Amino acid sequence: MSATKLITVSPSPHNYGDESVSKIMYRVIWALVPAFAVSLVFFGVGALIVTAIAITSCVAFEYLIAKYIIKSKPTVWDGSAILTGLLLAFNVPSNLPIWIIILGSLVAIGIGKMSFGGLGKNPFNPALVGRVFLLISFPVQMTSWPKAVEARWAYLDATTGATPLGLLKEGLMNGKPLSELMDQIPEYSQLFLGNMGGSLGEISALALILGGAYLLWKKIITWHIPVSVLGTVVAFTGIMWLVNPDQYIDPAFHLLSGGMLLGAIYMATDMVSSPMTPKGQIIFGVGIGVLTCVIRLFGAYPEGVSFAILIMNAFVPLLDKYIKPKRFGEVKK
Amino acid sequence: MNTIVITILSLSLIGSLAAIILYFVAQKFKVIEDPRIDQVDEVLPGANCGGCGFPGCRGFAEACVNSEELADLFCPVGGNDCMSDVASVLGKDAVSKDPEVAVIRCSGSPEHRSQTNFYDGAVSCTVAHNLYAGDTGCQYGCFGCGDCVVVCDFDAIYMNEETKLPVVIDDACTACNACVEECPRDIIELRRKNKKDRKIFVSCVSMDKGGIAKKACSVACIGCKACLKVCPHDAITVENFLAYIDPVACKLCRKCVVVCPTDSILEINFPARKIKVEKENSAEEAVIKK
Amino acid sequence: MKTFPKGGVHPPENKIASGAGIETFALPKSVVIPVAQHIGAPATVIVQKNDLVKVGQIIAQSSGFVSANIHSPVSGKVTKVDNFLDTSGYKRKAIAIEVEGDEWIDSIDQSEQLVTDISLSADEIVARTLEMGIVGLGGATFPSHVKLSIPKGKKAEVLLINGIECEPYLTSDHRMMLEKGEQVMVGVQILMKALGVDHAFIGIEKNKPDAIIHLTKLTADFPGIKVISLKVKYPQGGEKQLIKAIVDREVPSGGLPIDVGAVVHNVGTAFAVYEAVQKNKPLIERIVTITGKNVKKPANFRVRLGTPVADLVEACGGVPDNTGKIINGGPMMGKALANLDVPVTKGTSGLVLVPEPESRRKPVMNCIRCGKCTQVCPMGLEPYLLMTYAELKRFDDLERDQVLDCIECGSCSYTCPANRPLLDYIRLGKNNVSQIIRSRNKK
Repeated sequence: MSATKLITVSPSPHNYGDESVSKIMYRVIWALVPAFAVSLVFFGVGALIVTAIAITSCVAFEYLIAKYIIKSKPTVWDGSAILTGLLLAFNVPSNLPIWIIILGSLVAIGIGKMSFGGLGKNPFNPALVGRVFLLISFPVQMTSWPKAVEARWAYLDATTGATPLGLLKEGLMNGKPLSELMDQIPEYSQLFLGNMGGSLGEISALALILGGAYLLWKKIITWHIPVSVLGTVVAFTGIMWLVNPDQYIDPAFHLLSGGMLLGAIYMATDMVSSPMTPKGQIIFGVGIGVLTCVIRLFGAYPEGVSFAILIMNAFVPLLDKYIKPKRFGEVKK
Repeated sequence: MNTIVITILSLSLIGSLAAIILYFVAQKFKVIEDPRIDQVDEVLPGANCGGCGFPGCRGFAEACVNSEELADLFCPVGGNDCMSDVASVLGKDAVSKDPEVAVIRCSGSPEHRSQTNFYDGAVSCTVAHNLYAGDTGCQYGCFGCGDCVVVCDFDAIYMNEETKLPVVIDDACTACNACVEECPRDIIELRRKNKKDRKIFVSCVSMDKGGIAKKACSVACIGCKACLKVCPHDAITVENFLAYIDPVACKLCRKCVVVCPTDSILEINFPARKIKVEKENSAEEAVIKK
Repeated sequence: MKTFPKGGVHPPENKIASGAGIETFALPKSVVIPVAQHIGAPATVIVQKNDLVKVGQIIAQSSGFVSANIHSPVSGKVTKVDNFLDTSGYKRKAIAIEVEGDEWIDSIDQSEQLVTDISLSADEIVARTLEMGIVGLGGATFPSHVKLSIPKGKKAEVLLINGIECEPYLTSDHRMMLEKGEQVMVGVQILMKALGVDHAFIGIEKNKPDAIIHLTKLTADFPGIKVISLKVKYPQGGEKQLIKAIVDREVPSGGLPIDVGAVVHNVGTAFAVYEAVQKNKPLIERIVTITGKNVKKPANFRVRLGTPVADLVEACGGVPDNTGKIINGGPMMGKALANLDVPVTKGTSGLVLVPEPESRRKPVMNCIRCGKCTQVCPMGLEPYLLMTYAELKRFDDLERDQVLDCIECGSCSYTCPANRPLLDYIRLGKNNVSQIIRSRNKK
């Protein structure tokens, strides 16, 4: 030991794992790449522009707010702002004007995340806060969905149409029978691949499941939330379908359409805004499933995943307070 | 027209109904409290720092009202003015105490106390103190993790980046005792506040033998008793190789500061001395004597 | 294959020294024997400066039920009874002895002959472990006679021998099982007799296949003992985890292993008990692993207690240039040393020299609530919550959320992706809560 170099002393443990926050964030981003590739195929230029704008503005806002308002050391390269931007982009149509995207990013990062103190402190999923803000503020722009494939080379002037869920909702509200509407909906195999109108990242079930499998393998997420969300949706819509197949569509459609998979696998499992314990996660997932179905089947909006997740986010502190992991050697009373 | 009338009627109906319910509920659950508690609470500083030993200002107010005398009760933040206000509200006799201020009794900056290892644990003095003796050769001195800064409700302590030691802002310090309790090494002490914030104190808490203490830190008190001999007011005691100046007995004559061979006695906020040389000479003498 | 079900992590094993046979370390020039080498009350010194002592002579007497005798590991002259730096840098009372020759007291049988017949009765065995200053050699240094004295109303049903050595790097127990297998087996039988149990399990993780095979072979000669091979998972060597893994019983929160009829001893302790009972030899030696990625010659030494650790490191080729941290014990639960001028004590299971790049913690970030700490906690606690409570000094909440159940295994800090100092604060909270409870009980 030379005099210049000091030996380190710290409390145990002296062995540190190789996990890090940014590793987790970048792995989630990697898991979203297949879905992004699919959206490039179906929505082309629009998808690229929207995603690029969302990510850039989220990172920029995080940097600016951290530096000038909170006055903390900006940590934009941990990947969390990029992820928020990516998820926000995935939740909007690919023909959304740039200024709306930037506004959405500001709300997502500024209100959804930084106002609570930054990374790890936000009770709600920031991307969804931004998305829901946009949906309520700009209902027209947010619900004019470019048609898949046709919109490949267009951005703002893309031809638009309804999402399968939207078609269904409108049709049923106008009193049309389900069998007639079924003809207008693309085949399930097309839904599985992603050939339909919708938010740019939510369309391809295949790509989302692929990414989800990667996350499970890397132990970023556990099965509890996705399985409980999807299971509840299948059970809920399945029962309705069995009771009245003329009025309610089958569960497979609900799984493949809208933001169901994106929500269940990527948004609800957001570490910051989901419960800590497996038991809590299952309750959380079931809650999301039930709320989604209630909104989809009985509400005014055709889609309810975002609302369901945000509402259940609010219950997370409660779940964490009352649902404790099973202690070792618990004394039975 | 009809709509307006119905609206006004129904709203006022709901309003008065609610008012009636509220009135009865308020009557039912009325808490009878001594009104003086509110009055006392009013004159207290409202910092809720707990420096008085009670849970918040309200707790202190209750204690003041309920106790016969105010002798044991003192609000260090409000000081004598506040206590005389309290006394006048309650018609009791006020006690007065000398105002106090926190002082940091360690001068072990990196310049004086060389680092022997690198601490890499949680930034908390208490954690470090429970772990080991510290990142210098002195097992009594300041860690510099700033627990006292965090615990201070009045922003009266900050870390000096250069010396890695906390500094008390005398005007902001309310002597609430929070830092004294927080410091795991009992370095901080509340001492009587003197005119113009003048202070003389032994800025060291090392109870090591002179040689060991000096080796670890060049401004450590080595227990040489030079100050003890020179003090005309019998204010100094030396125990466990550590001198202590009684703040009440000390008359701020500064004789001890001059003789201290390690400069561990500090004089603060005094006018500059006329002859600096004298001090150095006597310091050398003290060393030789030892 | 068995293991404990809840939590746990898999730190890199790095058992570099597992191939190095046990070498007897040369007698040091002088030794320093702290009087507090065990959990419980420090022993009372009964020698004075300039006294001449022999190997095995008692120099400090046990000062309570939970305390242990300390014997001189060398022969020579007591030079000082004063305060010396301990492993944490504080000055603690210790006895310094200058070595002169190697003269043992007569009652110790120094031969290597294996003695299998146990002539002592159960009570005599307990008395002997007390007399010989035997403490748990797994690292916790809990006086062994306390564990062998079964409180009234409780009954020991099974003895578990801990050969897990789940700490990375350390190999002293592994070498012990390989080279002193017979003695360990006799030691286990002595412990069984003392407890009045008829069967014992030796738990070994499957990363030590040679030890498993060797001891399994030996079980043929020693009825009642069974070797259980276990999956590799940290902290399987924790008492409660081991009991759960081998006999599937859960020690109740706040309870002791004896509450479920189990007693756990380390293989090193079994060996020490063998020597104490069959050879009349007090605890004056132990096996210490000196290892690390850049250590020239990793080794397992049989060392007299009190030997300066610097001597051991020197014998292994000195401190490598880029050493950033020196750990007394394993890297998960060991204590980082601020200097090498400390002696080997009863609890020194090894010394790990960590290279500079691995010795520093990574910058702390905000908690991202990933829940990994909760997943890996073997006690089913919520480390993230306990840390926050401890930081905010919410001691009532800490107590309610069972902070005292924490075994300080460090799995939470190890696994945290935000590098939060979870265990640092939990330990702090534990200290405070146990103080509060103690003062409450006094009232």
